[in-house]
Amino acid sequence: MLTDDERAAIEATMHHYPHREAAAAGALRTVQRSRGYLSDEALADVGELLGLTVDELDSRATFFNMLFRRPVGRHVILICDSDCCYVMAYEQMRDHIAARLGVGLGETTPDGRFTFLPIVCLAQCDHAPAMQIDEDFYGDLTPERIDEILASYD
Amino acid sequence: MTDEPLQPTTPEQRPLTGAFRPDRQALDIAEYEAAGGYGALRRALRDMAPGDVTQAVSDSGLRGRGGAGYATGRKWSFVPMGADAPPVKYVVCNGDEMEPGSFKDRFLIEGSPHLLIEGMALACYAIGASTGYIFVRAQYDKPYALLSRALDDARERGYLGERILGTDFSLEINLHMSVGRYMCGEASGMLNALQSDRANPRWRPPHMASAGLWSRPTVINNVESLCCVPGIVTLGPERWRALGLTDEGGTRICGVSGRAQRTGAWELPVGTPLREMIEGLAGGMRDGYRLRAVLPGGASTPFIPAADIDIPMDFDHMKKAGYGLGTGTALLVDDSVCPVGLTLNLLRFFAQESCGWCTPCWAGLPWAVSVLSDIEEGRGRPEQLDLLEEQCWFMGEEMCFCDLAPSATKPLRTALKLFRDDFDRHIAEGRCSYRHDRPAAGAGPAGARPAATGPLGGRPLPSAPPPPRRPGGLPGLAPERAR
Repeated sequence: MLTDDERAAIEATMHHYPHREAAAAGALRTVQRSRGYLSDEALADVGELLGLTVDELDSRATFFNMLFRRPVGRHVILICDSDCCYVMAYEQMRDHIAARLGVGLGETTPDGRFTFLPIVCLAQCDHAPAMQIDEDFYGDLTPERIDEILASYD
Repeated sequence: MTDEPLQPTTPEQRPLTGAFRPDRQALDIAEYEAAGGYGALRRALRDMAPGDVTQAVSDSGLRGRGGAGYATGRKWSFVPMGADAPPVKYVVCNGDEMEPGSFKDRFLIEGSPHLLIEGMALACYAIGASTGYIFVRAQYDKPYALLSRALDDARERGYLGERILGTDFSLEINLHMSVGRYMCGEASGMLNALQSDRANPRWRPPHMASAGLWSRPTVINNVESLCCVPGIVTLGPERWRALGLTDEGGTRICGVSGRAQRTGAWELPVGTPLREMIEGLAGGMRDGYRLRAVLPGGASTPFIPAADIDIPMDFDHMKKAGYGLGTGTALLVDDSVCPVGLTLNLLRFFAQESCGWCTPCWAGLPWAVSVLSDIEEGRGRPEQLDLLEEQCWFMGEEMCFCDLAPSATKPLRTALKLFRDDFDRHIAEGRCSYRHDRPAAGAGPAGARPAATGPLGGRPLPSAPPPPRRPGGLPGLAPERAR
C-alpha cells in the first residue's frame, strides 16, 4: 500500500495532466525515492492509484534507465561514459572506482553502500571526466579526488 | 563566461547571458526584473497580437538550438489559430539535455531560470496555448529545483496564472521530470514520455502542430530557442538579427570541451568562426597536444578536420561545407585520442540508446559496434571498412523511423574518411597503438584495460552480429544497467 506521503506526493502532480495515467512516470520516481527501488508490489501500489496494470507500469519501468527494478545501494554512483569523458580518460576513473569498491558496473557493494552504474553524458563536459552521486555532480575527476569524494558518503 | 575580459561582445550584445551574475548563481525574480526581465512579456501582451510575436520570431531568423536548426517561427506558424482552432494547445520545452558533449541548456537554466519561463510564456501567447510543460532531464535535480522556485515566484508576481497582467491571457506551466533515456529528447518520443508511455517515436503525419501531446496541437522547442524569444521581442527582430555575424543572425551559446587551455561556454554572435572560439576564448590546446578534429555540436554531428575550423558557426555555412552545427558545444579531439576508440564510444552510445522500434537502428547499431570493437581490439579485417560504409547507408534517414540511427552515421561516416589511416593501421598492426604506446596516466584514454573486458566492465561484446531480440534495448546493456 502507498504511504500517506507517497500518495500525497503523487496526487500533487496528478492535476498537471489531463489524464491521471500520465502521472505514472513521476509516481514511479516518487515511490522509488521513498523505497529505494521498484518492487512488483510498488508497481501494484502505483497502478491501483493511477488505474494501470502492473504490466503497463513494468513496460515503463523497464524502458527508462533511471527507474530501478532491483534494489540499489544507499548511494548510486553514475559515471559518465560519453565522448568528452572518453577523450578525458574516464576509463581510468571507472577502473579506479571499481577497484576501490571491489565491484563492477551494474553491481552493488556487499555492505549496501554504493551501486555503480554508467550514465550518458552528464552535461559536465567542460569538467570531464565527471560523475554523479545521488543528486550531486563531480567534475575534473582524478583518482585522488575520487577517494576523497567516496569517503564523504556513509 | 567567467572570464569577462575575454568576451568579444558587451553585455548588451548578449541577450541570453548579459545579465548573468558574475558568480553564475541563478538570477532571482527581483534581479531578473531589474535587468529588464518580463519586459518582453509585458510589451507583447500590451502591444502585440499573438501573430505578431510569431512574425517577429520568423523575421529574426531564429533557428532551433536543439541541433536540427528548424526555423522556430515557421514551426509556430503551422499551429491552427483563430476561432475554429482547437481550444487546447500545448507548448513543450525540451529540457532533456542528453546529447553527448552538450552542456548549454543546464548552463542557461542555472544562470537565469526566469528567462526560460518568460520565453515559454511568449511562445504560449503566440500559439494560443494555456498550458506549457518543461520536460527536465532526470539528472537535473538542481535545475528542476531552480525552475520550481522560479515558477512559484512568477505566479506570485502575476506573470503566470489566470488573466496575466490584467489581460485575457491565462497560462499554467508545469514541470515534468524525466525518468531517463536519450529517446525522450526526440520530439515525438518526448510527447510519449510526457504521457508516461514508452518514449518510442511516432509516425508523422499527423504533424505535432496539428496533433501532438494528447493529440492536441503542440509545439516543442529547445531550452535555448525559447530563451532567445524575450530578446527578440525586446530588441525587435532586426536588431536581434544584427547581433550575428552572418545572415542567420542572433547569438547562441557555444562551448568547448576536451584538452583546451580553458573549457567552458560563451554566448557568441552566430557565425563566429570555430577557430576564434577554440584559439581565442578557449586559448588553444594544452601544451603538448595538437588539434586533430572537432566534433562541433554533440554526438550527432560529423567530425570537422582541424584544417577546416575557419567555417563560421551557423547552420547554413556548416551544412554547405558538408558538416553540421548541432548544439554548438564542441568537443576538441587531440592527437592523444584514438579516433577508432572514440568512434566506437559514440556508436556504443547510440546502440545503447536505441529504443528498439525499427530494424535498421536496433540491428544496425549493435552490428556497427561489434565491427568497430573488432578493429579497435585488434581483430579487424580490411573488408570490414566497406561493411561500415554499407551500414551507414543501411541506417540512413530514409530507412529509419526517427533520427537516432541516421545521427549515428554522421560521426561514423566522417571518421571513416578523416581517420582512414588510423583504421588501416589498427587492421594492419592488429592492435590499437594509442592504447599500447601511451599507457602513461593522463596521456589519453588509455588505462590498463584487460583484453577480455567488455565496455561495461566485465561483459565481453559479441564479435558476430547479435541475435534478434525483443524491442526495448540491448539485453545486457540498457535495461540491465538500470536494474
